[in-house]
Amino acid sequence: MKLPQSALLERASFDTLLDALRRRGFKVVGPVIQDEAIVYDTVTASADLPVGWTDEQDGGHYRLKRRKDEALFGYAVGPHSWKKYLHPANLKLWDATRDAGAALRFEEGDTEKPPKLAFLGVRSCELRAIAIQDKVFMGSAFTDEHYRKRRERIFTIAVNCGTAGGTCFCVSMKTGPKVTGDVAFDLALTELLEESGHYFLITAGSEAGAEILKELPTRPATPEDLATADAVVDRTAQNMGREMPAEGLPKVLLENLEHPRWDDVAERCLSCANCTMACPTCFCTTVEDTTDLTGDHAERWRRWDSCFTLDFTYMHGGSVQQSARSRYRQWMTHKLATWHEQFGSSGCVGCGRCITWCPVGIDLTEEAAAICTVENSNTATNISEPASRDPSP
Amino acid sequence: MKVTTLEPILREHPFFAGLPDTGLTLITGCAKNVRFEAGAALAREGDPAEHFYLIREGRVSLELPAPHGGTVKIQTIDAGEVVGWSWLMPPYQWQFDISAVTPVRALEMDGTCLRGKCDADPRLGYELMKRFSRVMVERLASTRLQLLDLYGVQHPASSPTS
Amino acid sequence: MSASLPNTMPGLPAAPLVPEPWQVAARREETADTFTLTLQPTGEAEPMRFQPGQFNMLYAFGTGESAISISGDPSEGSSGLIHTVRRVGYVTSALARLSPGDMVGVRGPFGSAWPMEDARGRDLIFMAGGIGLAPLRPAIYHALNHRADYGRIIILTGARTPEDALYLAEQETWREQDGVEGHLTVDRAETPWTHNVGVVTTLVPKACFDPANAVAMICGPEIMMRYSAMELRKSGLTDNRIYVTMERNMKCAVAFCGHCQLGPEFICKDGPVYRFDRIRFWFSQREF
Repeated sequence: MKLPQSALLERASFDTLLDALRRRGFKVVGPVIQDEAIVYDTVTASADLPVGWTDEQDGGHYRLKRRKDEALFGYAVGPHSWKKYLHPANLKLWDATRDAGAALRFEEGDTEKPPKLAFLGVRSCELRAIAIQDKVFMGSAFTDEHYRKRRERIFTIAVNCGTAGGTCFCVSMKTGPKVTGDVAFDLALTELLEESGHYFLITAGSEAGAEILKELPTRPATPEDLATADAVVDRTAQNMGREMPAEGLPKVLLENLEHPRWDDVAERCLSCANCTMACPTCFCTTVEDTTDLTGDHAERWRRWDSCFTLDFTYMHGGSVQQSARSRYRQWMTHKLATWHEQFGSSGCVGCGRCITWCPVGIDLTEEAAAICTVENSNTATNISEPASRDPSP
Repeated sequence: MKVTTLEPILREHPFFAGLPDTGLTLITGCAKNVRFEAGAALAREGDPAEHFYLIREGRVSLELPAPHGGTVKIQTIDAGEVVGWSWLMPPYQWQFDISAVTPVRALEMDGTCLRGKCDADPRLGYELMKRFSRVMVERLASTRLQLLDLYGVQHPASSPTS
Repeated sequence: MSASLPNTMPGLPAAPLVPEPWQVAARREETADTFTLTLQPTGEAEPMRFQPGQFNMLYAFGTGESAISISGDPSEGSSGLIHTVRRVGYVTSALARLSPGDMVGVRGPFGSAWPMEDARGRDLIFMAGGIGLAPLRPAIYHALNHRADYGRIIILTGARTPEDALYLAEQETWREQDGVEGHLTVDRAETPWTHNVGVVTTLVPKACFDPANAVAMICGPEIMMRYSAMELRKSGLTDNRIYVTMERNMKCAVAFCGHCQLGPEFICKDGPVYRFDRIRFWFSQREF
């Protein structure tokens, strides 16, 4: 079969897609409105989606607003990301039991087969974020089986963005807004709200996606339809809310670890960890060991953690990263600089969640730009030791 | 023993390595060969500091009275090193005890004699001051490291964090 | 960059996050705050193969886990899995309460190893501060077991006081062997003490080795390793012949949890043993 394959699906027939997924045993999850925000949860029909809603986003600001149309995907990303399904916030790693004879037994936790999930409405930046977490959990000497078994069973229906959020900057990160063939997806949608009608251009990105596409009551897409769809994404690309300085950012950051801007941002940062919870690539966890009252049964749970907490770097005698300054610097240099060395790409996909959900509106792109400004930066005087390090000793 | 026979020994000691012959000849007159049994005192805190020692063999220690009795060894000095600089500056009084940890052979250098030679020959004086300064700076640096209590912090991999 | 060193992680555990039960076979007091546990596998389990420098995650039932370097003999057929532990927190205090017959959970071995292969044919300089001798001991055992593979063996150790010096009697037996030169120092001594007094860096000039053909392995607190590396450089060693071992907070030991990161390094996976030139930049950054 030749990929990609494209076809047009009427809005009125959208639920046939959900039906086709359900027939294959998938539980569909996607954007729904809860607590005045668009989050990811179970979707049983297209009516569950935030029909006719959009979001207004800025640093520390998020509001839902009515659109003038009945778009299904007319908003940017919300506070949730797909990592909550693939890398659960709480997961039991094991149980331990101590017998009367003092023998100790360990039993692996999280052994159930995860549900087959269809992710509906995955944005380009989010596909990139999933690809990044794939590298974290499946790309090194160790594979996280808890992640892998969930990851293997998902079906992704991506959406090309028709609306740029106020804090979006995927264009400058080269991660969107158009879904491209170099990241894995099963189907990709472009929502078209034209005078001629409300319909979706659907492109298959995998065999499984093509199979489903064949079953839907579509009509062939003309070259004009494809051009219309491209124009939608182009318009989104023109309207990015933010921009990340692109040139040599990792090097500049690592050459400016003592830049005065770190003190400045530390004055504002609350170390609340919201940015790391909202970030679709942040992967850090801690563990909690518990015992029951008999003292013979213990459990170990893995929970999301954040490098903004003081405990994160705790060693005997205190934390390595004592100051808020050092913790913000850790997060940002990891995300934008050292991530490249670890996983071969930036850890940032330009989704803007960390900006929107920062209670004091700290803007990652603005902080990066401030460190890049020539007058304060150390670039001219500091030897570029990080860049000159032998990458493969 | 004739003092002039000590010149080859002085020349061999690392502290005087590379000193010009004229200088060596000058200071040889201030040197005396000495031996100490283990436990013997080379110097006592508060006594007039009339010498310093070039250790040729064995180990000596700098000691101070411990707060709760006894003495604390705070530094040891081995063969090839030099000990004592109280003779250089007023009030020319020892600030520590110096004891032989093992049997020690050393050259005892007469401070009054050396100061006289240095005053008469500032080039020699400057050369000696440079050598002493270097020893002092090194000792000060390592004493500062000792202040850090280097091993008090748990080591990494074998130091559990919880 | 994050590709693992070729000598890491032999016998990777299948479920690396779930411990195996091991039994305490022996327990020995070393100093006032350190003790050594010898562990035996239970049931059908095999003895653990490991390389000098690697560590295990030891789980004290109901309390939690701690990363502890293996400090026993790495050669096949040696008896028991040995860890010397310093009592500093909840987990290590719980481990300290164990006696023979008690059970612990063990995950491992994890991490990179001392460069015993690359160091063949060279003089070896081992520098340890405090309990830092424990993670170095397997490398010392290896060198002594393969004496012909190496040149001179220099063992320089520092401790706070004579009472805090680790493996004191064993250090004596090492020093007695041919071609082994050992120097021992403490920060201060109140009891009779004929070894050195002074910081561990002062031992370097006393040692006799060929700086053009020597490899140094240093283990101790970061500040001690930094000054030791500096002193070795003064003697003519280059940074690519100096190895150090790093510590950070460790939860998972398999580079998933993020806690042990130092710049781009996951200490648990890429380390804990590093060639100094690879880690030097991050070594000197404050609060990283």
